[in-house]
Amino acid sequence: MAKRPISFTLNGTETGIFVNEGQNLLEALRREAGDLSPKFGCGQGTCGACTILIDGAPHLGCLTLAEAAQGRSIETTSGLADGPDLHPLQRAFMEGFAAQCGFCTSGMLMAAKALLVTNPHPTRDEVIEAISGNLCRCTGYEPIVDAILDAAIRLQGRVA
Amino acid sequence: MSIEFRKELFADERDDGLNEIGKPKLRQDIEGHVTGRTAYYDDHLLDGLLHMRCVRSPHHHARVRSIDTSEAERMKGVRRVVHADDVPHNLNTLLSLIGFGKDDEQLLSNPIVRYRGEPVLAIVADTEAIARAGCAAIRVDWEVLPHVLDVEEAIAPGAPSVNPAYPDNTFTYEPYDHVKLRFGDVQSGFAQADHIVEAEYEMSPIEQAPIETCGAIAAPETADRYVCHTGTQALFFSLGTTAKLLDLPSSRLHFIGGTVGGGFGGKVDSITEPMAVLGAMLTGRPVKFQWDREEEMQVGAPRGAERWRIKDGVTSDGRILARQFTGFFDAGAYTRLSSYAGHKGTGHLPGPYTIPNVASNVFCVYTNRTPATAMRGFGVTGVDFAIECHMDRVAEAVGIDPISLRILNAYRDGDMKAHRRVAKNCALVESCQVVAGKAGWGLSTDDMAANSLVGSSAERAAIPETALDDEGKAGERRAGRATTADPVPGTRRLPAGTHGDAKEAIPVQRPDMQILAERVGHKIPEPAAATAVTPQKVATPTPTPPSTPTMPPAMAPSSHVAAPLPKPTAATTAAEPAKPAPYKPEKPFSQGVNRPGVSRFLSGSRRR
Repeated sequence: MAKRPISFTLNGTETGIFVNEGQNLLEALRREAGDLSPKFGCGQGTCGACTILIDGAPHLGCLTLAEAAQGRSIETTSGLADGPDLHPLQRAFMEGFAAQCGFCTSGMLMAAKALLVTNPHPTRDEVIEAISGNLCRCTGYEPIVDAILDAAIRLQGRVA
Repeated sequence: MSIEFRKELFADERDDGLNEIGKPKLRQDIEGHVTGRTAYYDDHLLDGLLHMRCVRSPHHHARVRSIDTSEAERMKGVRRVVHADDVPHNLNTLLSLIGFGKDDEQLLSNPIVRYRGEPVLAIVADTEAIARAGCAAIRVDWEVLPHVLDVEEAIAPGAPSVNPAYPDNTFTYEPYDHVKLRFGDVQSGFAQADHIVEAEYEMSPIEQAPIETCGAIAAPETADRYVCHTGTQALFFSLGTTAKLLDLPSSRLHFIGGTVGGGFGGKVDSITEPMAVLGAMLTGRPVKFQWDREEEMQVGAPRGAERWRIKDGVTSDGRILARQFTGFFDAGAYTRLSSYAGHKGTGHLPGPYTIPNVASNVFCVYTNRTPATAMRGFGVTGVDFAIECHMDRVAEAVGIDPISLRILNAYRDGDMKAHRRVAKNCALVESCQVVAGKAGWGLSTDDMAANSLVGSSAERAAIPETALDDEGKAGERRAGRATTADPVPGTRRLPAGTHGDAKEAIPVQRPDMQILAERVGHKIPEPAAATAVTPQKVATPTPTPPSTPTMPPAMAPSSHVAAPLPKPTAATTAAEPAKPAPYKPEKPFSQGVNRPGVSRFLSGSRRR
């Protein structure tokens, strides 16, 4: 199986990797690009643990062909913080006890970021809608929804 | 959401000089979670990683006539076909590490499979896709055998035998095929009752469904060892199980875990770790064995199904005089932790209520379903569901308020529980009052004035004369000699005041494993501090009220009443409880550090 080169921007950095035909973007990011923040939970597009942003829109890494990333801008949770300064979403998740095992957290944060970029003042229902593709088995969803609403307040006057 | 503290309740029993409780606190691992830096087992990149997948049974019960692996072996990228014969010691039961139960499960099963999805063979290949293709290319000739999927059908005479270690389809709680609990005489309780309320309750199996599926990555390490990154919830359980199945001294296994992407009980079964280490042993390369979501749901052991029949004898004013249980835990094809669920369930009966006559038979039954294991209160939540549904039915039958019924029958401090322990620190009455208040549910003045500290009496604190029976010895049911699964009328009497056997805790293997009370922050009365290193007795019951009968000598084993506990092994009973025998491994450690105070599982170079 011949490997093909692809290049894209990963969290602002020009990145080039070799991928197999038919390889999904989740595996390519984790194994080839070494970004382990998106997680494998189901491989079927049901759990949302592999949610990443492609050109700002949320996508499921496990259902996206790696070659589709060619020339795109990809964002993951590892790029959320600005150097040592955590993103308001990260702060809100920490202080709001919005994670227990942490396995769904990367996907939740990416889904939340996509929401706040397009809708800086979401209602509770809009937050619930935005994370409806992300499953959590530990905390229940209430603290996660609260944390995203809290982050929206923290972000006021800033660009998400 | 804020936490509400009801400090007026039990104020004199509690120390409020606590520094942390009631104050928000950041989780110590939370920064790793929100930055994506937390390393789960799958977040370890190893060069040359191979992938393992299993060939699984499509049948509930079948015999493997033959396996044709030739096509898979010719496939490019298939590195190794792993057969049952490749497992050095291919028989285990999870609780064998604490000496409970018989070895009954193979890591790779051959020649009989006993549940749908049971693995018979594994393929190790360069990529997951090749491993999947290799598995699809394996030809297995199956001889389908009769199966049984219902617990009560499984214990009927003539049912297909599921598990050869327990041919009667029931775990053996010596000498019976069920856990017996007898307290008082339910027959006389039923005779005095105004109402008899009977019902049956069922709970289906529940999959833990963690977002991270079960898995492990193993690799050959330096110093003739194997490193294993795992998502297990029970790292040392998995290490011990792997050492046993692969016939390795545990010093040759370097297990790294503790970061679990959700477990809820579903990651204690220690299957992926021995498989991954076996793959690494056979290929000399790093091997990942990771369940996909379908495997997690189909072969991942769930909370077992439960069926409970409850029969209550109640007076017209709502006092429960007798309560009889018949309980079935569906273990699936193998024991895993279901034998323990039988004990846990029995220990929980008859719920938080003082009932003078209780009888229960609890069965751990083998069926051709996916083996069951731990999940959040397994053995307790199912029976609680049954008990509390039943309380509502009783309230309806008698015509009194359901919360009032609970307050009336709730344990009061000092009451004797059905398993012959004294009820302490009871709070059901207060909980009912707070719940009723929050729900705007009116309670009578008597109910609002009730108190868990008040209401016990010499009669409630006493152990009554108990009716015993010997029905249901192991093997009798299958031979057609046991007529019913329900408790039968007693044929013998046990004098009032008879306690169960006093049980000693198994001494710890090494003194440094003893939990020191002062380290875990308990308030210790001065004189008790000296006992910190003595293994504690498992509470020989000492009733508080002075009017209770004095304790007779421990019962003879033939008159078992309380749920029998696992017998300590010969080695542990021989040891002086106060001075555990020095720890000696069966095999000398070939490598690793062996210095006092240093874990023998860490090599010098890895200790930082």
